[in-house]
Amino acid sequence: MTENHTALYEQHKKASASFTDFGGWQMPLKYESELAEHHAVRNAAGLFDLSHMGEIWVTGPDAAAFLDYALVGKLSAITVGKAKYSLICNADGGIIDDLISYRRPSPEEGVDKFLVVPNAGNAKVVASELMERATGFDVAVEDASAETSLIAVQGPNAEAILLKLVPAEQHALVTELKYYAAVEVTIDGDELLLARTGYTGEDGFEIYVANSDAPSLWEALLEAGEDHGLIPAGLAARDSLRLEAGMPLYGNELSRHVNAYGAGLGPVVSLAKESDFVGREALTAIKAAGVGSTIGQKLVGLKGAGRRAARGHYSVLKDGSLIGEVTSGQPSPSLGYPVALAYVDVEHSEPGTVVDVDLRGKAEPFEVVALPFYKRQK
Amino acid sequence: MSKVVAELKYSAEHEWVSADGGGPVGIGISAVAADALGDIVYVDLPEVGSTVTAGQTCGEVESTKSVSDLYSPVTGEVTEINDAVVGDPALINNDPYGAGWLFKVAATEEGPLMSAEEYAAANGGEL
Repeated sequence: MTENHTALYEQHKKASASFTDFGGWQMPLKYESELAEHHAVRNAAGLFDLSHMGEIWVTGPDAAAFLDYALVGKLSAITVGKAKYSLICNADGGIIDDLISYRRPSPEEGVDKFLVVPNAGNAKVVASELMERATGFDVAVEDASAETSLIAVQGPNAEAILLKLVPAEQHALVTELKYYAAVEVTIDGDELLLARTGYTGEDGFEIYVANSDAPSLWEALLEAGEDHGLIPAGLAARDSLRLEAGMPLYGNELSRHVNAYGAGLGPVVSLAKESDFVGREALTAIKAAGVGSTIGQKLVGLKGAGRRAARGHYSVLKDGSLIGEVTSGQPSPSLGYPVALAYVDVEHSEPGTVVDVDLRGKAEPFEVVALPFYKRQK
Repeated sequence: MSKVVAELKYSAEHEWVSADGGGPVGIGISAVAADALGDIVYVDLPEVGSTVTAGQTCGEVESTKSVSDLYSPVTGEVTEINDAVVGDPALINNDPYGAGWLFKVAATEEGPLMSAEEYAAANGGEL
């Protein structure tokens, strides 16, 4: 597989990043200490290169109706400037990807415009799936992933850092920007799409920018963030942060073999929308039958009683019998105990249930707990 | 590049063994292993008085990212463990050849060990 480099590869090398392959991309795993990076995001701010994520523009008179058909959510219901988390599913309800869609201002009368952001490893599949599903709709689907960089500033100091770079007359755009909303701002003369979204459980921003403008923006953010405790953070910290926040990762918790209801994402599916959508029939049947009778398993949070952590693919047991499998797990840096996500048989999925996880031959107790593990103080 | 200390001997499983001065030998994990593991948050060591066997697992080292078995590089009785690293496993990352040592063994036999030069050449470490 060819390994792609983001437009910020030289910045990462200069900062002595350790790299890892992720979805076909060489991405920073960590710079110095993934724990320090994790704590920086919880207590100050962290800077992430997420340019491996996809960016697909959907534009046309039928853009909203098309996304209502292609995705499980009702995208036509969100107003310009807002964003929505959704899924693209197969006809059998299996999850092709989870994605965020941003509704952007209408470029002309009667035309709607959305930015759809899939995961790195799924970007091409999602783009081609969308293009296929566009048949019969008056809409253009354009994959801009190769030309677009994505930089995230996450943490309680993120807003203060942005305000140092955005011109004064645009400050209100930043301070008044709501969670899951986006707005165009200017930094150093470059036009950017600034979104208040993230994958860390903290306040923060994701900034979509042309590749050619990404290195200067990265440097400017690092400089502006210096007095605010901002440090660059890699995928290791991103993974521990999202796990504490109880957010699923495609490939771990989500796949074509699980559906929205088993994954705890039932509210993302709009069976109430009038239009047909890919997966409607299968998902309607699954919901009607109940999670327990058709899927058998459900995604839950597990909290370790000891210090040893559960890891992906470890077996979950009840009275010695196999009842499930861990999908993600590690010691939680913020909480100080092991946390994990696991699919377990529905009858053992109630919070408070004590189960065992087979930690390399030794069964250790874990408790089923409500998600998220970590919630920030507002 | 991760540091390799010249005066120590190394196992293929990335444990180091201090030179045998007649008494028990000190054992820890190399900087190569500590760097690869990432930030270590939990360490499980053999008990004092137990017998460890060269090439056999005798504990584990867990980081935020992964977990790795600890293999004893020598055979013998464990005479002392480093309680400080049990309380503060970050010592292993910060000072793997010093304050981050793991346990001491009255060694009766050594497993196959490499010189620092051999270990550095095999693992991309820096002497």
